[in-house]
Amino acid sequence: MSTPAKPRMPIESGVPDAFQFMHPLLKRNYGQWHWHDRPRPGVLHHVAKSGDQVWTVRAGTQRQMDVFSVRTLCDIADRYADGYVRFTIRSNIEFMVAEQAKVPALIAALDAAGFPVGGTGNSVRMISHTQGWLHCDIPGTDASGVVKALMDELHEEFIHERMPNRVGITTSCCEINCGGQGDLAVNIQHTKPPKINHDLVANICERPAVVARCPVAAIRPAVVNGKPTLEVDERKCICCGACYAPCPPMQINDPEYTKIAIWVGGKHSNARSRPTFHKLVVAGLPNNPPRWPEVADAVKKILRTYQRDARDWERIGEWIERIGWPRFFELTGLPFTPYHFDNWRGGRASLNASTHIRHSAGGRP
Amino acid sequence: MSAKTPETPLLDQLEKGPWPSFVAGLKRLAAAEDKPYAGMMKHLLGQLERSYETKRGYWKGGTVGVIGYGGGIIPRFTELRGADGKPEFPEAAEFHTLRIMPAPGMHYTTDALRRLCDVWEKHGSGLIALHGQSGDIMFQGCSSRNVQPCFDELNEMGYDLGGAGPAVRTSMSCVGHARCEHSCYDEIRAHTQIINAFVDDIHRPALPYKFKFKFSGCPNDCMNAIQRADMAVIGTWRDDIEIDQREVRGFVAERGRQAVIDNVVTRCPTRCVSLEEDGSLTIDNRNCVRCMHCINVMTKALSPGKDRGVTILLGGKRTLKIGDLFGTVIVPFMKLETDADFAKLHELAQNIIGFFAENALEHERTGEMIERIGFANFLESVGLEPDPCMLLHPRTNPYVRTDGWDEEARKWNARRGAPPAEEDR
Repeated sequence: MSTPAKPRMPIESGVPDAFQFMHPLLKRNYGQWHWHDRPRPGVLHHVAKSGDQVWTVRAGTQRQMDVFSVRTLCDIADRYADGYVRFTIRSNIEFMVAEQAKVPALIAALDAAGFPVGGTGNSVRMISHTQGWLHCDIPGTDASGVVKALMDELHEEFIHERMPNRVGITTSCCEINCGGQGDLAVNIQHTKPPKINHDLVANICERPAVVARCPVAAIRPAVVNGKPTLEVDERKCICCGACYAPCPPMQINDPEYTKIAIWVGGKHSNARSRPTFHKLVVAGLPNNPPRWPEVADAVKKILRTYQRDARDWERIGEWIERIGWPRFFELTGLPFTPYHFDNWRGGRASLNASTHIRHSAGGRP
Repeated sequence: MSAKTPETPLLDQLEKGPWPSFVAGLKRLAAAEDKPYAGMMKHLLGQLERSYETKRGYWKGGTVGVIGYGGGIIPRFTELRGADGKPEFPEAAEFHTLRIMPAPGMHYTTDALRRLCDVWEKHGSGLIALHGQSGDIMFQGCSSRNVQPCFDELNEMGYDLGGAGPAVRTSMSCVGHARCEHSCYDEIRAHTQIINAFVDDIHRPALPYKFKFKFSGCPNDCMNAIQRADMAVIGTWRDDIEIDQREVRGFVAERGRQAVIDNVVTRCPTRCVSLEEDGSLTIDNRNCVRCMHCINVMTKALSPGKDRGVTILLGGKRTLKIGDLFGTVIVPFMKLETDADFAKLHELAQNIIGFFAENALEHERTGEMIERIGFANFLESVGLEPDPCMLLHPRTNPYVRTDGWDEEARKWNARRGAPPAEEDR
């Protein structure tokens, strides 16, 4: 009897060395950059203390990329950008060149291949997104499709820099919100409690863990048709879907009642104001593939209002901070509802504990 | 023989429009009849089209891994099955993701990218997400059988699996030192050294829940660390903002005084910036909160100071379970230059992860754990000194036992009274 071959054990190498992949100009001036400017949308120009200069051309991608797209981008990098690229947190690709004269041909090649050059400065940035129906196990909607549909609509604002400040949009296909915080966030909001398949719960779900997962203690053990299962107190349920991941028989997604909500005013940066979370402004939009037109309309309405009314450097949240929420709802024409009040812990801190109100004579807005 | 190409009238509508189309990409893969993945991608299109019709997802998780590791593969099995229990789209019935950690800063040579494509065309679907929200290269669409050989090849090329489940996760760092003048520390070194010190906790998920590091080189926090990382390492400085008054005057001459007042002076959150009659700027550095705004606007004239380091925040996370939490300051400032500095950062992270591992409840993030046990208790447990930089204001309610006050006051005075250490000056 032969002994089985010893399995190959992994080389636990962690992250690869970044310098082997770094453009030589960046490597040479590592930690020694002096200043930058933006000669045109989609192009950054950095100057090092050594006097070296680098022009970076940024282009949007579809994030979920086929190898043919990746190879096309590699061909462009080989031909016009020394064979080096890097990616941004928002799935843009960046090409670095040492001479300004090389920039126009690089941009032309990207345009010809269908990769829009932009996403710098005060533009609408590439939407950061999640997995959705393509690959997630709990998605309420698609991610790549929502992003594609919205970026088609916002393409002109990606390739220009004509917003008051940058606009980072995020999407998330469930309420966990893997997409993160955004100046504007397009997120799933469920509106009905989970539908439970009681035949399957006992076999699939670790019931105490599911009970513990509920943020409002609405889930309790039960017996249905003689089988151990779980039940939901529907008066307490906040329809968040937290139970669905550990217990798939508690189906939260519904073709009709899984809706889309829009949130505004999130900000990562510490610039000017402290970082902020996004706030709910619109809910109840239909989950309407393949192009989600109702979502696109609401997003554009908010962005156009911001573009018209905000001052230079104001992010969406800072703009609203200045003009006040009543004016935001008035300018955008969006309805204000009791759902905008926060009943969650700490929610009282979001109420107006002052007489600071922007009145107008005769009560007219 | 490859599967039949399904009709996809809904997805087809996403081929149009100016933005690069992932559907067009999926179809390119499905049409590559000479490749092993064409059939898989046809069936993937079939399942995705069904999701667009019914507004339902059809993937479930499971257990798939590689020898030696406990995580890093995201298993996906189709749930779209006929009455006989057989998958409707069998060639895409297994569609797992390999999470692979890219180099910090996401730098690539085209040679490296092409070699990744070669491996993926051999073993997988040809679909790659660059990159996932955690910062991994996501190789999406691998059969159970091909996961191990695919990983082995990538691993031999110098790549390693990222984190998944209750583990230390793959990290992200900004472009930083490589191409940004705002960068206040060596992000690549910090990212590489910290993550590679925790590979065991990345590959063998044994924590209460996920633990994320993110590294941003300056307070612009391009990595969104404060909102998403359990441990956010953010560059900053202690001395004065560097001013090149010649460039200031040039900027004022070019943009005009009013523009500088509206966009720089009045936008300073602590009203530290003055525009003088002679067109120069003065900054009250004692009250500057290092927000970056004036530096962002006047990139040639202003820069972070020379005495650079990091601020560390802990406990950021997204919605579930108790709601969104920001990370909050646990180290107002530390230098991050010498080997000893980096060792100190590692030690701090190790203490915190050790405490988290022992004290958090299942599925509880660090921010939630701190909310449950109390911030002061957490500080004491991991050996960090209380500091007023850690709060916006002291407590506003009397619901606390203060019988240890004198002792704590003595400790504070002792710390203040001691000859200032290098870091405290």
